[in-house]
Amino acid sequence: MLLSGADILVETLIEQGCDTVFGYPGGQILNVYDSLYTHQDRINHILTAHEQGAAHAADGYARTTGKVGVVISTSGPGATNLVTGIATAYLDSVPLVAICGNVPTTQIGSDSFQEIDITGVTLPITKHNYFVGSVEDLADTVREAFALAKSGRPGPVLIDVPKDVQIAECEYEPQQPVEKEEPRAAKESNIEKAAKYINASKRPFVYFGGGITISEAQEEMLKLAETIDAPIGCSLMGLSAIPTDHPRYLGMQGMHGHYASSMAMHKADLIISLGVRFNDRVTGNRQKFATGAKIVHIDVDGSELNKTVNAAIGLRGDVKLTLQKLLPLINTSKKPDWTATVDGFKAEEKDYLDNREGLTPRNAILTLNRHLGENTAVCTDVGQHQMWTAQNVNLKTPRRFISSGGLGTMGFGFGAAIGSAFGTKERSVLVTGDGSFGMCLQELATAVTYNIPMVILILNNGVLGMVRQWQTLFYNKHYSNTVLERKTDFTAFAKSFGADGEAVSTVEELDEALTRAFRQDGPYIIDCKIDKDEFVLPMLPPGGSMDDIITTLEVEM
Amino acid sequence: MNRYTLAVLVRNQFGVLNRLTSMLRRRQFNISSLAVSETESPEFSRATFSFDGEEDGKQQLINQLYKLPDVFSIKELSRENSISCELMLIKMQNDPDTRNDIQSAADAFKAETIDYTRESITLRLFGTGEKLDEFISLMRDFTILEICRTGTASLEKGGGVLRQNLNL
Repeated sequence: MLLSGADILVETLIEQGCDTVFGYPGGQILNVYDSLYTHQDRINHILTAHEQGAAHAADGYARTTGKVGVVISTSGPGATNLVTGIATAYLDSVPLVAICGNVPTTQIGSDSFQEIDITGVTLPITKHNYFVGSVEDLADTVREAFALAKSGRPGPVLIDVPKDVQIAECEYEPQQPVEKEEPRAAKESNIEKAAKYINASKRPFVYFGGGITISEAQEEMLKLAETIDAPIGCSLMGLSAIPTDHPRYLGMQGMHGHYASSMAMHKADLIISLGVRFNDRVTGNRQKFATGAKIVHIDVDGSELNKTVNAAIGLRGDVKLTLQKLLPLINTSKKPDWTATVDGFKAEEKDYLDNREGLTPRNAILTLNRHLGENTAVCTDVGQHQMWTAQNVNLKTPRRFISSGGLGTMGFGFGAAIGSAFGTKERSVLVTGDGSFGMCLQELATAVTYNIPMVILILNNGVLGMVRQWQTLFYNKHYSNTVLERKTDFTAFAKSFGADGEAVSTVEELDEALTRAFRQDGPYIIDCKIDKDEFVLPMLPPGGSMDDIITTLEVEM
Repeated sequence: MNRYTLAVLVRNQFGVLNRLTSMLRRRQFNISSLAVSETESPEFSRATFSFDGEEDGKQQLINQLYKLPDVFSIKELSRENSISCELMLIKMQNDPDTRNDIQSAADAFKAETIDYTRESITLRLFGTGEKLDEFISLMRDFTILEICRTGTASLEKGGGVLRQNLNL
């Protein structure tokens, strides 16, 4: 059938299985919005308050569903407002398709009103991007973009569609949704080598990241850990892949990781790394990182192998398929000595736990845990609250911890929580700080408009806590621009936007407020007052190693 | 530090060179020469990189290149398995005191004089990158007005072609 470019674009999105898109209209994307209007019975468009919020929402939708998230914006500032959202998705390997309008092809390159070279701008933060110069290429470009976004290591893909391409007509025939590229296991010879290292190991440690969730390799990973009697830890991006109460699970690694998990990794003789990269926030000083350990590294992205740490053997391939081929080569063994050592770390960790009474950050998250459903997506912004949540939240279902790990985007959480609510079709939770929340709080308008059930827990300390923590420890307590002397009343703010909320200052008040919040029809803000000098512990100082770990705080205040 | 040469088959499309160089810049790969042109098939362009660095860096460069959807095939070309050639035009100041020395060096390197004026001598020289580097080093004793080099062109010896690797 003969259709306009705008109709072809929307039809192709529907054809690819997309039923929800996030975005914001404008001059150069008007035709697409006209088409969204006529197709509104088949595709749902969520209008956010800002394009950044739309990008994070599409990201949250993708992270919770595993489907490709779609965000639409106009040209120029609409497109540049997506940049932080696209970069966030890029660093965390989230499948995202961003569609931007642009000025007509006849005006491209002439600095027209709201013209920006968005393919140029997003070159280093997309897996790939496209400038669609003719309507005949449009449908196939969208299909290719979907395939690319979800294949291999997923990531964002941007499509720039000039206005005249939206207007021009050509023939369109619906096709089947594109499949992602067939996943492949690593080379047999490398799998055999990996098996030798694993069978020879006396103190193995299984370390996983977001790749486990993407390739759905949880069962294989747990079987491996069981077979070789190994403890398991993860990166921030790995959180929620397996239940946090799994007996082999020691928790998150890294700068603010769980003590037992970090110690086990530090003392292991073999780190079996699955769908995870060795970010500096995980390794600290790379020269001193797990010096006694060999590394078996399995990743679908070959460029992650030997990028920051050298692996004894790097296996490029899908984690699930590779583990399936690896498992039959692995000898079953019990490692009582290693288990005892790890149990010792767990016991030490208990001593380091923050068991203070009152509304401490840990108690706030533990209180939240009592209200969470199995399927509730817990989203965070970035900073201390993010780490407190990562350390203490109970997670039972994969794809239910939604956080900006790689880019560390303050302001990510609100949009992500909106997208997560659409993705899970359930109430979502946003744990945030007063700093992060201040960055994108206009999205409350979106949550109210669509009556999105959402619990917003602001751990409000009146400071930029994580930066303050560094200033306390490493900058002579020069609290440069981290004290927020704001007069914001978050309850009044909630009400002014048509939502509701309350402030709490004790655990009991928080518990009651959460009960109300989880019953609320729509968004509910809880302004939870905490002390400005709470610390995230343990902490590996930047560039340090496990020998430098800070577990208790004895800093003069 | 070693010099590696990589031959890369890419989609022959508007903007592909930008994608390659953007990645190189972002990851701070040190490229000493780059030559790009259309190939026997209009579908493909061929880029030849000379890269100065260590083995790890070269492997990382290959891995990162493979992540670009426009890259189809990559082959490392060594001195042993390939033939390489580069073209240089070099414009020297024509000075009665030095023109004979310039001419002797040019003769020794089989550089051809392709333009001769009262002010300048322009020489054309083919050869490996190293040979051109050596010639430039000799010419630095005189006054170099301008240099233009094409970057290294390299092909594998024998019947092997880059397109054979397409399914890597």
